[in-house]
Amino acid sequence: MLLMVSVLIFVGTQILPGDVAQSILGQSATPQALANLREELGLNQPAYIRYFQWLGGLLQGDLGTSLTNGRDIGEAIGQRFGNTLFLASCAALIAVPLAILLGLVSVLYRNRWPDKLISIVALASISVPEFLIGYILMFYIGVQLGWAPSVSMVTEGMPFFARLHAIALPVAVLVLVVLAHMMRMTRAAILNVMQSPYIETAELKGLGMFRIIRKHAFPNAIAPVVNVVMLNLAYLVVGVVVVEVVFVYPGMGQFLVDHVAKRDVPVVQACGLIFASVYILLNMIADIVSIMANPRLRHPK
Amino acid sequence: MTKELEALASLTRIGAMSRRDFLGRASALGVSAAMAGTLLAGKASAQPVKGGVLQMGLGGGESTNSLDPAAALSQVPFHTSRALGETLVDVNPDGSLDFRIAEAVEASPDAKTWTFRIRKGVEFHNGKTVTPDDVLATMKRHSDENTKSGALGVMQGLADMRVDGDNFIVETTTPNADLAYLMSTYQLVIQPNGGMDDPAAGIGTGAYKVTANEPGVRYTFEKFANYWDSSRGHFDGIEMSVINDSTARNAALQSGQVQIINQVDPKVAGLLARAPGLQIKNVSGRGHYVFVMHCDTAPFDNHDLRMALKLAINREEMLEKILMGYGTVGNDIPINKAYPLFDDTIPQRTYDPTAAAEFYKKSGHDGSPIVLKVSEVAFPGAIDAAQLFQQSAAAAGIPLEIERSPGDGYWSEVWNKAPFCASYWGGRPVQDQMYATGYLSTADWNDTRFKNEQFDALLLEARGELDQDKRKQLYRQMADILREDGGLILPMFNDFVEGVSDKVQGWEQNGMWEVMNGLAPSKCWFA
Repeated sequence: MLLMVSVLIFVGTQILPGDVAQSILGQSATPQALANLREELGLNQPAYIRYFQWLGGLLQGDLGTSLTNGRDIGEAIGQRFGNTLFLASCAALIAVPLAILLGLVSVLYRNRWPDKLISIVALASISVPEFLIGYILMFYIGVQLGWAPSVSMVTEGMPFFARLHAIALPVAVLVLVVLAHMMRMTRAAILNVMQSPYIETAELKGLGMFRIIRKHAFPNAIAPVVNVVMLNLAYLVVGVVVVEVVFVYPGMGQFLVDHVAKRDVPVVQACGLIFASVYILLNMIADIVSIMANPRLRHPK
Repeated sequence: MTKELEALASLTRIGAMSRRDFLGRASALGVSAAMAGTLLAGKASAQPVKGGVLQMGLGGGESTNSLDPAAALSQVPFHTSRALGETLVDVNPDGSLDFRIAEAVEASPDAKTWTFRIRKGVEFHNGKTVTPDDVLATMKRHSDENTKSGALGVMQGLADMRVDGDNFIVETTTPNADLAYLMSTYQLVIQPNGGMDDPAAGIGTGAYKVTANEPGVRYTFEKFANYWDSSRGHFDGIEMSVINDSTARNAALQSGQVQIINQVDPKVAGLLARAPGLQIKNVSGRGHYVFVMHCDTAPFDNHDLRMALKLAINREEMLEKILMGYGTVGNDIPINKAYPLFDDTIPQRTYDPTAAAEFYKKSGHDGSPIVLKVSEVAFPGAIDAAQLFQQSAAAAGIPLEIERSPGDGYWSEVWNKAPFCASYWGGRPVQDQMYATGYLSTADWNDTRFKNEQFDALLLEARGELDQDKRKQLYRQMADILREDGGLILPMFNDFVEGVSDKVQGWEQNGMWEVMNGLAPSKCWFA
């Protein structure tokens, strides 16, 4: 599966116009300088040979060096990926519990004002593009009020709380973006279960609404909820490009964009593989949880 | 400090307002008496203050950048190499030479042998003393046939380089009166052993040495204790953060996270200037925005059609709507008053739809749409500029068709390949270099396919001419030829527009390149 992904990425970067030498030198490329650079980077070998060289290195745990600035890819990505994970997990720690809680509240007060209010706010925040939310927060909270830095520059060896303060705004944007989706899904899944006959039975037994949801409805609704949570977690890791660019956060997104633009194939390959692994892993977790939550799947006949 | 206060200060200085009244107004505006006093002095305190860390938010950097000065082609690598390294000479805004690693230069009477005396006691960041051999090795690395240096074009036409005692000597194949200026090319940073061993180590002779290098993210520098020039390098350290998003850059300046930003979008410069605690600095430069036609490709191989298009562009309107006035109108030659030996009596070409229509008719063009390829990366606002061009040309009865190309790959697939497209040029230190780079028949980047024997001959003659008046005349002749017959449509020269916090003192107008030609870290200080 991952091998397929790596082939796809390699082919994709090969069919883009121009090559790494051309994009490094940009407008000021002389034919002579181009030829020299191609020679130096080994671009004159056929594509499939370059691919297998890269694959060979990868199997030995060596991601190779960047074509454009000659730095070790593993090192550069390690730091960047750590930053992206930090941002994503902060956002997830806030967004996931909040989303499920709001979903439950919505169900409890179905079609009454709390439910309507939550739905309106959620839908509004999901409809506005994230860069716009980013700019709005940047302007009001960063520039006007000065509560949080408007540009999230984090550095190595930054104290933990300073780091948290620095990423306050991008986390807020991400939470707003993924919250609505997860919340709506939780609400829909639980409501779906609430239509079932056994819930009616529980109601007739005289159980309170809160208890019904907790004991009878929620466990049965957990599979779709986990699925959507995992999907959003994957988005938090893989889809944060826009937010990272807006807030100048040194994560994977900006890194990938730069190197795609420069046709720096080894780096793009490495990023692509990491993203693919994250997706596959999170989906696997989602499947496992659904199986565990459903006795019929746990004990197949 | 507010614009109002500056205006009042100038009134007071010319005696139109009493000092007492001025101080009263100043305190009403919430300015301390001491500050008001310095305002009255006409400029900030001339005594540089030491200390502090200057934070810069810079666009034009990527995670693919390296500290190798040979590979510096965009803004951020330019600024890092300017902070940590120095060239033999710099060029001052007035066109004079600023001697750095070389302390003097002499030319032989035939302008073919140039002797640079290398300054003694200059130290690299690694403790090694600079020798003429380091200079020679640097020049060798950039002129080597196998180099990928951006300065390779400058280093062509050198016959020999050698070291003689304290001197570094260059011999050129043809007389070249501008050779010293070529040595100011920003890639030619002097490195230990010319950077042959580890070009990207970031070891230079500059006022600041690198302490952190995270390409595309940030760079930090600390003051180099043994820097040779005590009149420069007042900060304890420099932090450069790469902020490619222009909105984020503006926000970082407004919230005080950085004190200097580059590349302020002209569209918002006026709004940003109204924000408290910062100023917009703009200086006219040598960079320009262009539409280039290939003189050897139909329909542009026809002089009358080229002239029709040159007359069909409304320069003033474009300057006002695309650059918001942060620039100057162009005259279809890549040279403006920022260059030495510029002749300002060349008549300005203006929008003339009637004359354009006549030339168009004379050219015998069949009336099919003329395709102009354009992309947002060609220059900021290129798409809008192309649309303005289309409208002003339509008024003269010339049909233009705009074809948008993707920005990714524009420089490899469209520019210098398509017969009519939008582009931009940065400046060069001297006229000779600008013409030789793009308008000589044999130039690599002759993006207008302009081939004119008389022009080429004049260029070589001017290059070797030491009599400045004669040279000026020769350049005037060249400008006339190119303006009349070239494939270059040059509507405007763009200003460098930067945002600077009021805390930063010692700012100078320097249009050689952006942010004081990269010298803000070396020359400014905090109030």
